[in-house]
Amino acid sequence: MAQAAIELIGINKSFGAVRANRDINLEITRGTIHGIVGENGAGKSTLMSILYGFYQADSGEIRVGGKPASIHTSNDAIALGIGMVHQHFMLVDNFTVLENVILGAENDALLKSSIAKARSELERLEREYGLEVDPDAVIEELPVGLQQRVEILKALYRGAEILILDEPTGVLTPAEADHLFRILKQLKDQGKTIVLITHKLREIMAITDTVSVMRQGTMVATRVTKETTVGELAELMVGRRVLLRVEKGESESGAVKLSVKNLTVKDSRGVTMVDDVSFDLRGGEIVGIAGVAGNGQSELLEAISGIRHAVSGEVMLDGKPIDLTGKADPGELRDRGLAHVPEDRHHVGLVLAFEENENSILGYHDDERYLKGPFLNVEAIVSDAKDKIAKYDIRPANPRLKTANFSGGNQQKIVLAREMEQDPGVLIVGQPTRGVDVGAIEFIHKRLIAMRDQGKAVLVVSVELDEIRSLSDRILVMFAGRIVGERGPDATEGELGLLMAGVEQQEAAE
Amino acid sequence: MSTPYAKLPAWADYGLIPLINLSVAFIVAGLVVVLVGENPFRAAVILVEGAFGKGTGIAFTLFYATTFIFTGLSVAVAAHCGLFNIGSEGQAYIGGLGIALVCLPLDSILPWWVLFPLAIVASAAFGALWGFIPAYLQAKRGSHIVITTIMFNFIAASVMVYLLVGLLKPAGSQAPQTRNFVGGAELPKLNWVIELFGAKIRSAPLNICFLLALLMAFLVWLLIWRTRLGYEMRTYGHSPKAARYAGISETRIIITAMMISGALAGMMALNPVMGDQHNVAIDFVSGAGFVGIAVALMGRLHPIGIVLAAILFGMLYQGGAELSFEMPAITRDMIVIIQGLVILFAGALEHMFRPYIQAIFASFSPKSVGMEAVKGKGA
Repeated sequence: MAQAAIELIGINKSFGAVRANRDINLEITRGTIHGIVGENGAGKSTLMSILYGFYQADSGEIRVGGKPASIHTSNDAIALGIGMVHQHFMLVDNFTVLENVILGAENDALLKSSIAKARSELERLEREYGLEVDPDAVIEELPVGLQQRVEILKALYRGAEILILDEPTGVLTPAEADHLFRILKQLKDQGKTIVLITHKLREIMAITDTVSVMRQGTMVATRVTKETTVGELAELMVGRRVLLRVEKGESESGAVKLSVKNLTVKDSRGVTMVDDVSFDLRGGEIVGIAGVAGNGQSELLEAISGIRHAVSGEVMLDGKPIDLTGKADPGELRDRGLAHVPEDRHHVGLVLAFEENENSILGYHDDERYLKGPFLNVEAIVSDAKDKIAKYDIRPANPRLKTANFSGGNQQKIVLAREMEQDPGVLIVGQPTRGVDVGAIEFIHKRLIAMRDQGKAVLVVSVELDEIRSLSDRILVMFAGRIVGERGPDATEGELGLLMAGVEQQEAAE
Repeated sequence: MSTPYAKLPAWADYGLIPLINLSVAFIVAGLVVVLVGENPFRAAVILVEGAFGKGTGIAFTLFYATTFIFTGLSVAVAAHCGLFNIGSEGQAYIGGLGIALVCLPLDSILPWWVLFPLAIVASAAFGALWGFIPAYLQAKRGSHIVITTIMFNFIAASVMVYLLVGLLKPAGSQAPQTRNFVGGAELPKLNWVIELFGAKIRSAPLNICFLLALLMAFLVWLLIWRTRLGYEMRTYGHSPKAARYAGISETRIIITAMMISGALAGMMALNPVMGDQHNVAIDFVSGAGFVGIAVALMGRLHPIGIVLAAILFGMLYQGGAELSFEMPAITRDMIVIIQGLVILFAGALEHMFRPYIQAIFASFSPKSVGMEAVKGKGA
């Protein structure tokens, strides 16, 4: 029997009344790729943070390589050969690759010998694992896929034998993700142990040897990947059967509700983020905009919803233009029937410090229903919030609770309930299910399709290709600020993936 | 998970933590008293007795508290809108100018109950104007409000010196202050209320501005938590992006909040000017605007907390004066040190002990104990 690289025995961790991890037992075999899946808030990140020394377990034992280990800081973890690649990269953007790699391991005042040593070491690692990166390139000039490679190099440079990757493919194109998986397989072949935390079941099926499923802080099952199915894993994660694809009928598209013509938007640094974009959105259809994060989708949404200034072009809502000078009053657009679920619900769509009922009127607080003269009509607001809570199954069902105390999925439902219940003609949704658990995803998708079936026009921007494909009646792909292609809902993932990566259409057809 | 610490019950949040902070401040202050060779326990007794022991002491404590309630509310209103108004000092000073301009021509003509409302409007308007300019610069030009309000404190001081040694000074007088107001500019005292409880008062400046301060505390509560304007201010204060998304005008909300803040600071001048000194003198604000920052922080930006914190600071002012009188080794500067320590622990280091207390609460948390019990049954 192969030796265990890591054993976790009876790990418990509570944050106040919340038990993030309960009696977790886990054994990870040396030289394998072990996946850990679970919904958001299932306790995956907490468990890995305990292993990496960010948190201390309340009770339980960690063994590394068969020996009991006490890990109090990340330095302890590194000394034991554990490396971590975080979901949000821990890189200094204006440093070179080399400088980032030696950060925290610099040994001499002038850095000369450290850099020389790092350079030769990096060359060795590149040869062994196929991790080509220019050591003198500046991080901010590298695409995200390469930045992630630098993170992996950092861990290997510190002698990591066990590599933990937290949601590594969230920011990658399908092609980049494939490349990452090849690297991981190569690392495995060289005897490294890899722990992959993700909520994407397909990745688990594609690359892992064994997989453990977490639910509500407990480890519910460990399976050999070859002997399980996506359906079984999803069921284990949620605790019931889930629809992985929403059912929907044919769309009956009506009149053009929103028309975007030659829209160009620059960001605060003057870089063109949206480049001459044109499309129409009709009533009764869902148009999905696919693309890797950072290709102008956010700016497009902000310009349409009147928050961001556009350089040129025009946007017509029900045949009348929207003020694109950035001085448009989003309140006025709401009155005209444009509802907007922003991508960043934590800072834009919600005020987390507010009570739930206060957020349920954000943006509609000028509405007479919620006011008595200059005063808020608290009774009306709370009873209105209660109705929405019941209708959208928001939990806990307490309109006086602070919004920060709701889970991601329920926070998203608060925003959706607010925007959808205003009965808008056009609904713009950014990342409808980011950070939302599987159960709530199903609910949100059904709601969006119900909107469509009522004849509303729905525009969805998402980096989740599965979501775009299962929701959309038409798919637009954005790359580098431009719409590089339009496809039907039956487009294959490979086809869309190539478009998202900016490969020209002719090449894609080959 | 998202919350690394347990949420504290409200009584711990608003009662226990301020109490611990305050105790630590007094322990450190006690050490300072020991260092100069005095008995800290006797000093504490003198301080508390000086503030609350006699009717006169109570009246003085509440008089000082009145001043701090106004400036504390001023800082809090701006803070709810995400603006750090350091300019309450200058706004109060200019508020005093407004009062002088109303009282000098009218004090011998009108009764107090006509003059007082006029003076309220004048002080609030002048304070609001002094808040408006930095607000406009922030909203339209992006000049940071902290910098501009500090500068406006200096400008206010210079303007007032110029006026008080020249235009506003009676001819022939050598004091840099206006002539003494008479008749209608002298506000009714409230000392009789304390005397109702049997305490005797020789002479103390407590006046109806105290009631005005309490009324303002209530109105601020109403504004912040019960009006649309307050809702918009809080939205902007928590997240300017969310405010933009919600269609709230940044310019309008910044200017409105700062003008309300300035008006409250300006009204502070009513208390010393019409209630006590009956003139506008150089430096009559004497730091009350800055104490307002500590009061607002210690009161957790809530009007009730601000009233309580203002009374605490009133106690430190009044009791401190008694203390330096009774214990000559403890000079006036020592009192300032003690006040500084309270500000340090209650204001600046407000969250120092929070993680420890949260950890203690977490280990006794009834909910997690409950979960243990449920699990035990299941096993």
